[in-house]
Amino acid sequence: MNARRWQSLTPYLLLLPSAVFLLVFFAYPMAEAFVLAFRAENGEWTLKFFQQMISDVAFAPALQTTLVLIVILIPVQFVVALTMALLVQARLRGSSLFLYIYAIPLGISELAAGIVWFAIFTERGYLNTLLTGLGLLAEPFIFLSYERQGWLLLAVVLAEVWRATSIIMVILVSGLQGIPHEYLEAADVFGATLWDKVWRVILPLLRPSLQVALILRTILAFQVFAVAMAVAGTGITLLAAEAYRWYWSYRNPNVAAAYAALIMALSITSTVLYLWGLRTRSEELAL
Amino acid sequence: MKSQNRLMFGLAILVIAGLALGAMQCPTPPAPTTVPPVATTAPPAATTAPPTATMVPPTATAVHYGDIVWLSTQLRPVAEAEKVRTVILAGFPGRVEFIPEDEGPFHDRIAAEVKAGKGKVDVLGALHGNFSTMAPAGQLQDLTALRASLKDRGIPEAFWKLAQLNTDKTYYVPWMQATYILAINKKALPYLPAGADVNALTYDQLAAWARNIKEQTGSAKLGFPAGEKGLLHRFFQGSLVPGFSGGVVTTFASDDAAVGWKWLVDVWPYVNPQSTTYNFMQEPLLAEEVWIGWDHVARLKDAFGQKPDDFIAAPGPAGPKGRAFMPVIAGLAIPKSCNNQAGAEALIKYLTEPQTQLTTLREVAFYPFVSVTYPPDMPAGIKMMGEAVGQQAAAKDALPALLPQGLGGKGGDFNKVFWDSFKRIVLNKEDIRKVLNEQKVILQDIMNETQAPCWAPDPDSGGQPCQVK
Repeated sequence: MNARRWQSLTPYLLLLPSAVFLLVFFAYPMAEAFVLAFRAENGEWTLKFFQQMISDVAFAPALQTTLVLIVILIPVQFVVALTMALLVQARLRGSSLFLYIYAIPLGISELAAGIVWFAIFTERGYLNTLLTGLGLLAEPFIFLSYERQGWLLLAVVLAEVWRATSIIMVILVSGLQGIPHEYLEAADVFGATLWDKVWRVILPLLRPSLQVALILRTILAFQVFAVAMAVAGTGITLLAAEAYRWYWSYRNPNVAAAYAALIMALSITSTVLYLWGLRTRSEELAL
Repeated sequence: MKSQNRLMFGLAILVIAGLALGAMQCPTPPAPTTVPPVATTAPPAATTAPPTATMVPPTATAVHYGDIVWLSTQLRPVAEAEKVRTVILAGFPGRVEFIPEDEGPFHDRIAAEVKAGKGKVDVLGALHGNFSTMAPAGQLQDLTALRASLKDRGIPEAFWKLAQLNTDKTYYVPWMQATYILAINKKALPYLPAGADVNALTYDQLAAWARNIKEQTGSAKLGFPAGEKGLLHRFFQGSLVPGFSGGVVTTFASDDAAVGWKWLVDVWPYVNPQSTTYNFMQEPLLAEEVWIGWDHVARLKDAFGQKPDDFIAAPGPAGPKGRAFMPVIAGLAIPKSCNNQAGAEALIKYLTEPQTQLTTLREVAFYPFVSVTYPPDMPAGIKMMGEAVGQQAAAKDALPALLPQGLGGKGGDFNKVFWDSFKRIVLNKEDIRKVLNEQKVILQDIMNETQAPCWAPDPDSGGQPCQVK
């Protein structure tokens, strides 16, 4: 065998185990699950599961709540993460300790985060005890009532912002470190305010990291459901929660697969939008 | 380094050998000499002679039954499962692997093992409704011989008869029972309407009580388990619909049932709106978010256990057609694909011993079928709940509404009909008649697809799929 030919194949050979692993444990089951949404038990191809999904009582509220959650969650998390990343980048005293503390919630599961925030918002929970103790409320306010959809959504948003903003922050921090100091110094020389620096220098140069972080976070946000179940119970429902219910409670894997296919379609759509909207234009590459 | 290579080689051989040894399991346990000659895996064919009294091993040396796998749809919550493993099974001479499983996967697994002819599961713990689909499918062994050996336990004949599932073979051993009751904080008692007996409430009296509390304290203190894992569907199937209409499936869309749903809509302003987050009523009861809660006894246990002086237990409310309640009958069975026959029978015998039954009662608040004498150290709360359970079953207007049976894998869809009706009628305030008419179509589809006959309190449908009128 030609030694050089073997050598040129080496990278592919090294990739082969991971590729096989991904194919066998991710791609194949995913394809099977996708097919479940279209194929009934007796083998016939049908759209009836999608019809069943769409005509279900909980479909419209689930879709609406999921989209509203994404629209609120992503911008809030982005702003908070960028602020935190800039603070860390400014290397103030204690900033590395702050980074570690801020990343701690990332280590706990979605469900645990939901339970923590449930304990805060429940009728006899920490927030009500604090407010009634301070005299601001005469009696506990029921935040988590199904009638108060706004409060339920707020509790879910808070739990998710608390838990998962560090993902975005870590990616943005690494992106910020790739921005040469000279640009920021030049901006200072030109008399730019902090807002100008952020808007005109940092954000455009941060675009690749932003793209990665936002794609990642949006895809994960479509899969949020344990937090909502822990905080709101049956008060609100999300697409992933409905997929869970259809599989575990109603024992119908086909409709669950239909929900999963819908989530995948939404994730792909948002990814494409991000890739297009945040693409690095050729003129910006002339560094 | 050559010596290092050898070391790694030797280590690798050791690891592989260890894995291989671990994979080889002990095929059969040492057969106790006093167990009658029952075939190990083949279903016991016509065992006519009941085993003699030498069933109980008289030898002083403990007999070890080896590895036994116990698959159960009951005692699934983590706390209960841990109690089973660490406390209830502590005295059993054998290594029991207790596996809690959701109903769907439970049925799937046993069907697969019986179909393959061999399996790992030795003992099954499930509800009467689960067994009622498994027996006709040929998945359960005939336990007539085992039943005869348990004659001295005192399990009522009526429950043994149920365990025959309308045949002449006995398919499960009644293991434990539970039901749903009201747990009431004593702080609610001053608001009880005049003339109402807390141990014999009607739906109207319950509504008036909840209204009194709301009007006089400003808080809604009635609670229902309407959370994700809550058992609210059992309230509809076991109490509300049968109490108002006299049936569950046949009368689902009747005018009487509509009156029942209207009752719930009218009482809902007096129900704590955070009910949609309640899975186990013991938590809001202990936190005093709720003063009157309806739930399964096992999910009220902690409230009675931690603060027995704060609560009283009472039977559920009575509607125009009677005091409907749902008795939960759990049993133990042996699948035809059992591995360890002797161990399986020994485990069932152990679990139905009075001592084990009392331990089970104390740990997970499921009540015995066998006759037991409550020891003085039985917690007051358990005894209190037991009295309410007894009062409910013995009430003059008692109307047992059994758990849904014959639905197999469609049990979830059946429950969804009631959950969707609740969400649309009570939470979304849709028109009751419209919702019932739409949901009854779905219900009928489920009954037709599963071919499930009617169950009490619906009149017997003679084996035909139950029809919604």
